[in-house]
Amino acid sequence: MAEAAAGTAGSAAAGAVPRRSPGPLGAYALLAWTWTRAAARYPASMVLLALATGAVGALDAAAIGLLFTRAPRIAGFEVAEVLFLYGTSALSFAVSDILLGTTERLGQHVRLGTLDAMLVRPVSPLVQVAAEEFTPRRFGKLVPAVGVLALALPRLDVPWTPGRAAMVALMVVSGAAIFGGIWVLTGAVQFVLVDSHGATKSLTYGGAFLTQYPMTMFARDFVRAVTFVVPLAFVNWQPALYVLDRPDPLGLPGAARFASPAVAAAVCAAAAAAWRAGLRHYRSTGS
Amino acid sequence: MIEAAGVVKSFPVRGRRRGLRRSRTPLRAVDGVSFTVEPGEFVGYLGPNGAGKSTTIKMLTGILTATSGSLRVCGLDPSRRRTALARRLGVVFGQRTTLWWDLPLRDSLALVRRLYGVEREAHRARLAELTALLELEPFLGTPVRQLSLGQRMRGDLAAALLHDPELLVLDEPTIGLDVVSKATVRDFLERINAERGTTILLTTHDLGDIERLCRRVLIVDHGRLAYDGGLDELRRTVDADRVLVVELARPGPPIVLGDGGPERIEAERSEGPRQWLRLPRGANAAAVVAELAARHEVRDIALREAGIEEVLAGLYRGDHAYSGPGLPRPRSAVDQRSTVE
Repeated sequence: MAEAAAGTAGSAAAGAVPRRSPGPLGAYALLAWTWTRAAARYPASMVLLALATGAVGALDAAAIGLLFTRAPRIAGFEVAEVLFLYGTSALSFAVSDILLGTTERLGQHVRLGTLDAMLVRPVSPLVQVAAEEFTPRRFGKLVPAVGVLALALPRLDVPWTPGRAAMVALMVVSGAAIFGGIWVLTGAVQFVLVDSHGATKSLTYGGAFLTQYPMTMFARDFVRAVTFVVPLAFVNWQPALYVLDRPDPLGLPGAARFASPAVAAAVCAAAAAAWRAGLRHYRSTGS
Repeated sequence: MIEAAGVVKSFPVRGRRRGLRRSRTPLRAVDGVSFTVEPGEFVGYLGPNGAGKSTTIKMLTGILTATSGSLRVCGLDPSRRRTALARRLGVVFGQRTTLWWDLPLRDSLALVRRLYGVEREAHRARLAELTALLELEPFLGTPVRQLSLGQRMRGDLAAALLHDPELLVLDEPTIGLDVVSKATVRDFLERINAERGTTILLTTHDLGDIERLCRRVLIVDHGRLAYDGGLDELRRTVDADRVLVVELARPGPPIVLGDGGPERIEAERSEGPRQWLRLPRGANAAAVVAELAARHEVRDIALREAGIEEVLAGLYRGDHAYSGPGLPRPRSAVDQRSTVE
């Protein structure tokens, strides 16, 4: 008894020591590592899934290579140039998907009420959702993009100035940031969508809800197609024109070629604002 | 520790579709709740299903943003400073775990240490203490998904307390637990409240929890506070419900006592030789029994007092004398209490 009481007093005093919590990136790394260890508890499934991911990635890269090596020119672009365009955007997308792809599942957490548990921890729920079920297997998504770029870069018929090399890095990073912003936006939208649908359903007007459902599904795919394709035109296309030293067929001012970091910053700011607004309007579940 | 003043949470509810327009009427899940909880208190937060308990808890923890009113928890505005508050708050949801499903409990707890930035030494001491109190040792190495409900709940409690929070918020922590696990959890809560001075707010439907642990209860109904006070006072307030069960030597007409006077009692039910007499509030049971014995040949007598369960059921239904006709009954119990005292 006395011992337990002493322990209580001792630890209460220790609790007053200032604490260092990890920042968002540190928390992400910590959670990713934890999820990786969780996945490692099923070693057979981990190995099989890793092999599958790698195989699919390699096949993807091979198919693209095959496709483009058969057609010598596409819309006035060399094969290597087309592969370069594909590779850079695929790399951006893969990086964003690895880091933030699971934010798309936010709706599930909202519906099941598991988001509540995330909200009472001192770490952003965005980080928690994004790091969820992280495994190194996610890096398999890089395989086709890296493969295609490895094929394309040496074949580009451009002088490799430091400016060009930097631009390639910049466009991949900006592209990843833009896609990342879009992942977060899709997540934020689900606060509202699930919310309104859930409320409708909970009031037993479930029938009406069900008839609306296919439309929402359709709308979601449509929205996804547009949102992922439209920024690409600005982010991948414009800097690529600089790297490839080509005139813009649409005649946009030359500054547009350097605008991708600004676009990325704008998209991320919009995503952050939408996420915060979504959290404010979060309604949780009944229990 | 908690200061709530006129807190309202309303949800827009969409009505049935009529043509192109849908009606939108706000539903007030919490409708102007005010209360204060001092450091070190152990408060029960009760109410029937759908009364607004969980909504209040979620506003206190920053999960939901209040529509209006002012709310301070540990001196912070929960929805604006949710992350800062999370460091000073422990939360346990009885219905779902905050642990990592596939990790051994030990690893989950280690992760909690890192997320809350608890010093390694402090953590070791705290973990040893919690392990002893909650008897975690046998299953520290077991993945959370393989734990029984009782073990998992104890693990969740440990995870919520590792960072030594000032306030512990529990949402139905004993739901679904067997008697032994319930007892362990209750003993534990009582201890950390007494020894460490952790303020505890507990919602539950298990009145055993309340009777055992809470010195003060808040009762919420229809989104409003219906009672705020001690458990004993609550019982006294509603103490009308004492019933004499009388077994007479032979069946007879309904017993009438104290006829003519204001203390007139009439049997409200009779079954053969047995009759039930409801005592008016403040009636002297001994006097009633004496009169009964003088007038009737009584074979046996039992006095039944309303348990806390019946008291609450009556309060929820609003069928006690103090709850005026019709709903809602704003703070009726509190009004009544002031007249009793």
